[in-house]
Amino acid sequence: MSQKKRVVITGLGVVAPNGLNINEFETALRSGTSGIRKWEGLEELNFKCQIGGRPAITQEYKDEHLPQFIAKKLRNNAVIYACLSGLEAWKDSGLQLDSNQQRRSGIIFGSGAMALDEFIGANIDMLNQGQHRKVGSRSVPESMSSGAAAFLNGILGLQGRILSNSSACITGSEAILQGFEMIQSGKMDRMLCGSTEGDGQYIWGGFDAMRVLCSDANDNPTYGSRPMSASSSGFVPSGGSGALVLESLEIAQARGAEIYAEILGGEVNSGGQQNGGSMTAQNPEAVVDCIKTTMNNAGIKSTEIDLISGHLTSTKGDPYEIKNWSNALGLSKEEMPYINSTKSMIGHCVAGAGSIELVAGVLQLSKSFIHPNLNLEEIHPDILGIVDQKKIPKATIEKDINIILKANFGFGDLNCCIALKKFDN
Amino acid sequence: MTREEIKTELLSIIDPYIDEKEVTTNVSEQSDLINDLNINSAHLVDIVLDIEDKFDIMIEDDFIGKMDTVGNALDIIQEKLEG
Repeated sequence: MSQKKRVVITGLGVVAPNGLNINEFETALRSGTSGIRKWEGLEELNFKCQIGGRPAITQEYKDEHLPQFIAKKLRNNAVIYACLSGLEAWKDSGLQLDSNQQRRSGIIFGSGAMALDEFIGANIDMLNQGQHRKVGSRSVPESMSSGAAAFLNGILGLQGRILSNSSACITGSEAILQGFEMIQSGKMDRMLCGSTEGDGQYIWGGFDAMRVLCSDANDNPTYGSRPMSASSSGFVPSGGSGALVLESLEIAQARGAEIYAEILGGEVNSGGQQNGGSMTAQNPEAVVDCIKTTMNNAGIKSTEIDLISGHLTSTKGDPYEIKNWSNALGLSKEEMPYINSTKSMIGHCVAGAGSIELVAGVLQLSKSFIHPNLNLEEIHPDILGIVDQKKIPKATIEKDINIILKANFGFGDLNCCIALKKFDN
Repeated sequence: MTREEIKTELLSIIDPYIDEKEVTTNVSEQSDLINDLNINSAHLVDIVLDIEDKFDIMIEDDFIGKMDTVGNALDIIQEKLEG
């Protein structure tokens, strides 16, 4: 039996509300910069939540960084974000764009409500007015669930497995875990993994109707997303995309690639929508199982974990998530590792969240810092009973960290957890 | 509009659909949109929509099949503008 291969991360790309590339994103994470803004138009549409996070992509930025057809003709933000982050990750890993014959390289790029990005509005209007011929040919690949991976591979030309997962808020971390497993098992050598979510009223309207969005910060947008706070009142919706290049250690070393971090292992499971789990809530036993299995698969003990990068959306569910982490790790209040939530700066990018937050995790590991949690004037009392407040940083901590556990939890009672380790040959 | 002016407008419409930037600088009336300019055939319908917008004309589906070369596209646009 062939041995399992070690899997490393050699490239990063991101398009987030607080940074359009890796350098900007790292700067924003270190300085605790929020990307949440007042969202023009939502007030007139009677949204209770009128704030959101949108990557500030201009036409000039697209012209500079994308092939001209994508830059000038595509309208779906989810596809544009994915092409930008995926291309950045590929180039960041030192790989070329003319690398034909990449039979053992592939893509897993997930998305959420792909066809509900703002771009769909004009198309729907035309369809309803009997003008469907005017939607043109791009409406098909721009709205299909596999559109992000398809357009991205139109640029890269890879010839291995190209697939597109969709699993609500775990989409991003699940894409990376699936890529990891394909390389670990030897089926592929290299996978570009990531996820994306567009933005605007068509994606967010349903969430607003569910009353799960933040509605008390319309006049103070950057205060809206406050995970773990006593006053968390709902998540702040946003768009964006993260991408990571994964390679087997031997392939990466053979070409002299710079290695950011190693993926030790992970797990994805479901609570079966029972025992407390439902379409919208997690079965706590399954969450604990997912985290424990991740530690087991990764071969690590809970005392070795330096940082938990939580899902932590800024809703009433945050204290339950912390309780699940505590139960899974089996550590006392004093022993619990540092905890942060990237969402305090960028809101909840839904299907894009997991990949963007994994990029944040890899940056913290490789650049030795722990980013702050914004808007934590008052930590939720239930959380303070489980974690020492010193471990929930409000300011950046410059610190060498070795192991991060990253998790996301999603609609449909889905859980995904991944263990990342600073690379050590 | 002169034929030369129409050609300039047409090439600016076609330009984003062509990967190789330099192609548009060597386009003749005989250039075949799909075979010479490497335009994806699915994008012909998009180019027609862009032409309709730019020149404020309507090009019926029957004409789309006849727009195989730059010269034939110019003929159709000119005919519609004069019609």
